[in-house]
Amino acid sequence: MRNFMAFIVGSLFGAGLLISGMTDTKKVQGWLDVFGDWDPTLAFVMGGAIVPMAVAWRFVEGRKPMLRDHFDAASDPKVGRKLVVGSVLFGIGWGLAGLCPGPALASLSFGGFGGIIFLIAMLAGMLWAPKLRKVLD
Amino acid sequence: MPTDWIMGLFGGLLIGGAAAIFLLVNGRIMGASGIIGGLVDRSGLGNWTEKAALIAGLIIVPAIMTLAMGVKPTYLTENLLVIAIAGIFVGVGTRIANGCTSGHGVCGISRLSLRGIVATVFYIGAGGLTVVLFKHVLGVI
Repeated sequence: MRNFMAFIVGSLFGAGLLISGMTDTKKVQGWLDVFGDWDPTLAFVMGGAIVPMAVAWRFVEGRKPMLRDHFDAASDPKVGRKLVVGSVLFGIGWGLAGLCPGPALASLSFGGFGGIIFLIAMLAGMLWAPKLRKVLD
Repeated sequence: MPTDWIMGLFGGLLIGGAAAIFLLVNGRIMGASGIIGGLVDRSGLGNWTEKAALIAGLIIVPAIMTLAMGVKPTYLTENLLVIAIAGIFVGVGTRIANGCTSGHGVCGISRLSLRGIVATVFYIGAGGLTVVLFKHVLGVI
């Protein structure tokens, strides 16, 4: 049942990314391009996505998830070097290509050869990350 | 264009709704980089079927939608070197920061997590500077 729900979640996530235009790299780069032809769409997507999640977080307190006995533990609250360095590296790649991990998967079926190359490079980066994480610790 | 903004808002509500279901039903955070990365570096194999099912939906549903309604071009650059470098940076960066646009952005900011807010400020800032530098100064993208 959890797997079925995860499939539904992925389906809604993918549909949302496609409908919102977040698989369109020009829209993402347009949002980041404050000195060019700025495109505010991403702010609407983020705003729209944060609202249901903000409501969901209010239900978490003192409760259990429907299909599990506990919620994911809150991650280490420390704002440290890894968070900043990682986010800066991510931002550079995001700006260069206009793709982040969710849309890279959502556009896999129609993103052509370039999309596949991006995904392979991203997976390679993820495989390499634990080594770099140790250096930053 | 306002139509794009409305579609953005509607799509955003679907994304947030998906994240809310994953939290309230499965008890998990819908972070794309964590879900993919946990399978890649084998740190998150404990619930691999759940992750694989989510990834399957994430790939298959947009595939069916584009088959039914026509392809929405991604307008990804054709410069393979830029694509490869960008992919590596996104992969390594999101895993070191332990989150991306969905995990830190959507799930983090909505609970007013300091980590989520700080991460989002840094990746949007770095992304903005990158576009300015590589588009307007160097003309590479």
